[in-house]
Amino acid sequence: MSTAQLPTPTPAPIARYRFRRPRIASAWRQPLAVIGIVLAATWIVVAILAPVLAPDDPLGQNAAPLTPPGSDHLFGTDELGRDVLSRVLFGARLSIPLALLLVGLALFVGATLGAIAGYFGGLIDSIVMRGADLVFAFPAIILAMVVTAVLGPSIRNAVLALVVVSWPAYARVVRGLVLSIGQTEYVTATRLLGASARRALVRDVLPNVAGPVLVLATLDLGNAVLLLSGLSFLGLGAQPPQPEWGAGVAEGIQYFQFWWIGTFPGLAIFTVVLAFNFLGDSLRDILDPQSSWRAGGEGE
Amino acid sequence: MLPGRSRTRPPRVFLRFLARRFVALVFLGLGITLVAFLLTNLVPGDPAAANLGQRAIEDPAAVASFRERYGLDKSLPEQYGIYVWRLAHADLGESQQARLPVTQELGTFIPATAELALLSILIAVVVGVGLGILAAIRQNRLTDHLLRVLSLTGVSMPTFWLALVALYVFFFRLAWLPGTGRLDPQFSEPRHRTGFFTIDALLQGEWATAADAARHLVLPAVVLALYNIGLLTRYTRTAVLEVVNHDYIRAARAKGIPERRVVLRHVLRAALPAVITVIGLAFANVMTGAVLVENIFAWPGIGQYAYRSATTLDLPAIMGVSLFVAVVYIVVNFIVDVLYGVIDPRIRVA
Repeated sequence: MSTAQLPTPTPAPIARYRFRRPRIASAWRQPLAVIGIVLAATWIVVAILAPVLAPDDPLGQNAAPLTPPGSDHLFGTDELGRDVLSRVLFGARLSIPLALLLVGLALFVGATLGAIAGYFGGLIDSIVMRGADLVFAFPAIILAMVVTAVLGPSIRNAVLALVVVSWPAYARVVRGLVLSIGQTEYVTATRLLGASARRALVRDVLPNVAGPVLVLATLDLGNAVLLLSGLSFLGLGAQPPQPEWGAGVAEGIQYFQFWWIGTFPGLAIFTVVLAFNFLGDSLRDILDPQSSWRAGGEGE
Repeated sequence: MLPGRSRTRPPRVFLRFLARRFVALVFLGLGITLVAFLLTNLVPGDPAAANLGQRAIEDPAAVASFRERYGLDKSLPEQYGIYVWRLAHADLGESQQARLPVTQELGTFIPATAELALLSILIAVVVGVGLGILAAIRQNRLTDHLLRVLSLTGVSMPTFWLALVALYVFFFRLAWLPGTGRLDPQFSEPRHRTGFFTIDALLQGEWATAADAARHLVLPAVVLALYNIGLLTRYTRTAVLEVVNHDYIRAARAKGIPERRVVLRHVLRAALPAVITVIGLAFANVMTGAVLVENIFAWPGIGQYAYRSATTLDLPAIMGVSLFVAVVYIVVNFIVDVLYGVIDPRIRVA
């Protein structure tokens, strides 16, 4: 820390000022980000307040079956006389926390393995990354289907199966970033200044890894909701009578003429995924200008 | 760096590139058999219980003969060894549900999925690349913003829900298109040549059958394509924008080449590698989508077979399907890599 006497200290704060200001403003100049935030916030509120908001018990068979949407039941009732609206609202309590948990677990496992692979290199790197290649070689849902089938169909096993298939994406990104950032001049400079490897990793590498990984995780939240509801749709996730959205769409297919049974749970999935994708895409604009829609730079 | 030497160089470099990729492919293939095998063996779940009737389960002799018949009484490494040995002889074992060779079952299900998947990818590529170019040309204008929303909407729709809505609207309400299956009941399957009903019927000269098969393809193919359209629009736009500001594009315009030709000849060619990579990804998406869509449209393909095998714990069938799908996937990626090398010579050396 004895280099403070260099004669050019002034440009840094200006550059910083220029970079910082539009960041905050541009987030609000992006309508997609705002729509995404509003949608996601609404769904999170719904998930928390479902017992208060729902007009009826999601499991209670209290009404005439197959009533079309109307003033008594805004979204109608299903074949067992359960209120579809209440089931959709309660579905948020299942899908949203599980998607967060799933992405959190996949991120933790993937990022840890990726960082280890990138940091140590050599044999460990080869083993981890070839493992990732293997998992990548199976389409997610087929591998997840096999895993849930052998573990026994339940929503917990569906989450586990999806963690198994989704960690490699994080491992690849984190490994790549750790490798490339570890070789940049500013990291070398920090190390030359006497900083420990740990300090360099935490102070210089980590902040640069966090952005891209955050974008990936946000976009992945949408995918998690899609895959999880897809497995439930196939009967490999949530089991009846749990009010899960994918299972709701499957019910709608059995009672095909009664469009409201499947349409509303599906719309719920769609809006949640859309919210996460709007958010993730806008985050990419802000955090990763090179591949943003706005700048139209390099893709992933 | 003599001129004569550099002329013989590219093919050799390219061959080495091909060889390296091929070796990787073989190892990946072996790894996949191992994963598929371990996955189906190291986890709880008794195939005998899943496949034998209630009375047979209580009879120890029946259970023992079932285990012996499928080699379940041997040790795991032995089972794996036998599996790979048979695999090398194109024998995937016998499915426990239908008691038929898995290869034979795959043979009947693959063409149905292939017909659907290829058409769907074709739709996605044509529409997605087109929209991507359009968005790039109209960068930051209204069209571009609308296409961004459209592309995000495409990747946010749950395929199985979209299938339900499409069936409800176009089949049930409007009756414009047929519902489920590959053919209406009054038509008989065309004689098997390619397994693609449309092509087989055309080869037979059965026009009505071909038309009916085509009509059955429309809904599932479009539903499957939507996700990939969103994906391709985005990546094509990015790829096009990356090259569009280069000097040689400006030079082409300055020479007076018509805009249309500049976009199709100069811009698109440079953007092609990125687009091809995404097409590889699109294959994986279609396989994922096929599991869900085939279920809804009662399409007798690989997706339904995979689902049925997974829910009945039919080990040989599960392994057959995962192996097939994984092999398709890595072969597609291999082709993508090679095409990549053909289009962009810099990649071969790297």
